[in-house]
Amino acid sequence: MKKIALIALASLTLLGGLLLGAKMVQIKGSDTMVNLVQILAEEYMGKNPGAPIAVLGGGSGTGITGLINQTCDIANTSREWKPKEIDQAWEKGVTPRNFVVAVDGLSIVVNEKNPVEQLTMAQVGAMYRGEIKNWKAVSEFQKPVSLYGRQSNSGTYVFMQEFVLGNKNYSTDMKEMNGNAQIIEGIIQDEGAVGYVGVGYLYDETHHVRKGLKVVKISKEPGGTGYVPTDKAAVDSGSYPIARPLYMSTNGKPKGVAAEFLQWIVGPEGQAVVEREGFFAVGEGKYKAANDKNFK
Amino acid sequence: MKPAARKKIVQVIGFLALRTAMVLVVAVLLLFLYDIGSKGHGAITWEFLSKAPRKGMTAGGIFPAIFGTFLVTVITALLSVPLGMSAAIYLNEYARQTRLTRLIRLSIRNLSGVPSIVYGLFGVILFVNVMRFGTSVLSAGLTLGLMTLPWTITASEEALKTVPNSYREGALALGATKWQSIRTNVLPYAVPGMLTGTVLGLARAAGETAPILFTGAAFFLPFLPRSLSDQFMALPYHLYIMATQHHAILQVRPLAYGTALVLIVFVLGMNMTAVILRYRLRRKQR
Amino acid sequence: MTKRRRDVQEAAIRAFFFTCGILAVLVLLGIFLTLVATSFPAFRQIKLSEFFLSTQWDPTSPEKAEYGLLSMIASTLMVTAGALILAVPIGIGVAAYLSDVAHWRVREVLKPVIEILAGIPSVVVGFLGIVLFGPAIAKVFHVGNGLNALNGSILLAVMALPTIISISEDSLNAVPRAYSEASLALGASRWQTLVRVKLPAGLSGIIAAVMLGMGRAIGETMTVLMATGNARSFPHGFLTAVRTMTANVAIELGEVPYDTTHYYALFAIGLVLFVMTFAVNLVADVVLHKYQEREQ
Repeated sequence: MKKIALIALASLTLLGGLLLGAKMVQIKGSDTMVNLVQILAEEYMGKNPGAPIAVLGGGSGTGITGLINQTCDIANTSREWKPKEIDQAWEKGVTPRNFVVAVDGLSIVVNEKNPVEQLTMAQVGAMYRGEIKNWKAVSEFQKPVSLYGRQSNSGTYVFMQEFVLGNKNYSTDMKEMNGNAQIIEGIIQDEGAVGYVGVGYLYDETHHVRKGLKVVKISKEPGGTGYVPTDKAAVDSGSYPIARPLYMSTNGKPKGVAAEFLQWIVGPEGQAVVEREGFFAVGEGKYKAANDKNFK
Repeated sequence: MKPAARKKIVQVIGFLALRTAMVLVVAVLLLFLYDIGSKGHGAITWEFLSKAPRKGMTAGGIFPAIFGTFLVTVITALLSVPLGMSAAIYLNEYARQTRLTRLIRLSIRNLSGVPSIVYGLFGVILFVNVMRFGTSVLSAGLTLGLMTLPWTITASEEALKTVPNSYREGALALGATKWQSIRTNVLPYAVPGMLTGTVLGLARAAGETAPILFTGAAFFLPFLPRSLSDQFMALPYHLYIMATQHHAILQVRPLAYGTALVLIVFVLGMNMTAVILRYRLRRKQR
Repeated sequence: MTKRRRDVQEAAIRAFFFTCGILAVLVLLGIFLTLVATSFPAFRQIKLSEFFLSTQWDPTSPEKAEYGLLSMIASTLMVTAGALILAVPIGIGVAAYLSDVAHWRVREVLKPVIEILAGIPSVVVGFLGIVLFGPAIAKVFHVGNGLNALNGSILLAVMALPTIISISEDSLNAVPRAYSEASLALGASRWQTLVRVKLPAGLSGIIAAVMLGMGRAIGETMTVLMATGNARSFPHGFLTAVRTMTANVAIELGEVPYDTTHYYALFAIGLVLFVMTFAVNLVADVVLHKYQEREQ
């Protein structure tokens, strides 16, 4: 009995006495970005050993909450902050600064057995609002629409809601999956499925579009030209209507390891990784200018 | 048909139905174990068990999760075992059959029925916020400690009950105080049984996800937790993420199976250790 | 040591153990009060009638934030009912088998088997729901996706079975031998004795077992989070995706900033869960208590 008490005391002391070491940079947020940022962190840490960076997911909402509650240093978000969230941050003394680290073409995917090739923004919105319930409304495919989406903590969910659903409620029949990958898994097995995922999730390890998926062309107007999100020119020019910047936000001006990491990401090495993972680089335009301003 | 024959036929059919139920349950368990074993063992390599994850967790190992689960279970034990044992000592050695005692027992039974996510909610308020431990292995361990408390109390009480009253009376007759009699004549015989029982509760804690979701578990950390206030990786949470939120869940499915296998071996290993210890103890006591 | 000092020491030791003893009551009370205190602010913004009677849960809606719990209450009750439909007959059957039919050697093997089943972590069961039962259900019932209420019910049945089996078996074993012997002496077969004498005699224990199994099913989180598809709609059939109360808390807690209505509302759900499981456990307790009294 005494022996056990001694062992317990010893382990407790050992645990409590461990040194904290270098402060770890905590990054939380977007599931769309979590893989990308993890790979960025791994490569950066490979070149800069001793720079501890921890990347967690949870969804854009989780990242924003983390920054507001000051439980993380950087928030990954695949959407903009809502005015309400900015207010909450200011109330708690947090001043968010956003850096665009990549550009995403939000992709609408269906099962490969689905004959549909192109949809308009309006049609996609109608499906996700629950107004179109069967594929026969837009094609000869006679199957009920099986909706796959994310949960409310997802920036992608919010972005879709704002830009494609016109800020209206989602259909409550939408299966709310835990992440992009689960949506893909569902669509591959479900013939009537439709889902939305970040463009980086379309590819398998060999950088081809995954077997079982079909990426739908999206047009702004009925009868207009449809584009796929894998078309970089279409995304850059704005012809692909559901493109969005991917952000990393800090509380105020970034400092220390966080600042160096962010600088590296928007630099040539980081952007090469971004492109390799299937997303699009920030480019030289307005995003770069905004970033430069925010670093000061 | 003669009533006797009918009775016999009904019995045969009835017992067959019962046997079928039993076979069904065993079959389900075997199915589970076979599925995880067969699809998971391929992932088990020395690298898998001893190294950290690499390449966005599509390669490498799950050692940080194993370590994290081990660490948080130790903290759970440090809270739950002494408190549970002490509570059991009170209930079995000191308490009389009053309404308060019945209330205590009612509370214990109800605590074991509280949903694990509710413990998580409580842990967020009490440990993460009010006590300011933040999301950390400490908060998670304490939350799990509370959750395991009903188990350790019940198991410890059962161990205490097996000590014959004559032991206590003998010491008292020789002039010992109550505490002395407990310390010298009851505890040495009960403690091994108490610890054995609590290991079962700790095995359950090791496999729980909901209480650690918001109190300290993390998906990917570059380092092992180096202090009590660090976050940690954990086997059950790792499995959850690999199965649902990973960016390439189909590709890492074999790794998920491997994680499930390690988790099951960890938990069932603890269970079996406790059962074997209990068996050995019972034999010794006879 | 003087007698006086020894008495003081004894009293102190007793006080210490007493404090540990009432710890269980304090923790239970603490959980209840914390839930009440943290959910109370929610009802400044949310009407009670909306919370319990509305089927729309959409706290992040850009149109109108809604906090209707009814769909999720229905989903929880639905998967629980499904689980019990499966687990009660099978569980009582196995318990009867163990107490009345099995050879003692078989029993020695089976009891550890059931303990092993009880020891499988809920996340592993949920995982098997995704990889094993999901595709099977999709194939057998010709639905696109096997993540639905049926999947959840099957998994919850598996988790509730060990509880139901072991407590029912205890109850059947506790039926006085005199009852069975009298029945057999009167010419009844073993089956008739089991069904017409033992089961009714042990009924209160069996009811308690079922209630405890039900409590387990209501409170289960990870399994349903992974396997039921998480759609927010009011359930329409076992083959549709549903979202239970426990899953909803797990999904949304990570993304809510502290001290917002949404945050308080999640604690309100926690309170509802606490009350439900408390009530179920209380009934089981009362039933068991009456049963024990009768035996004395």
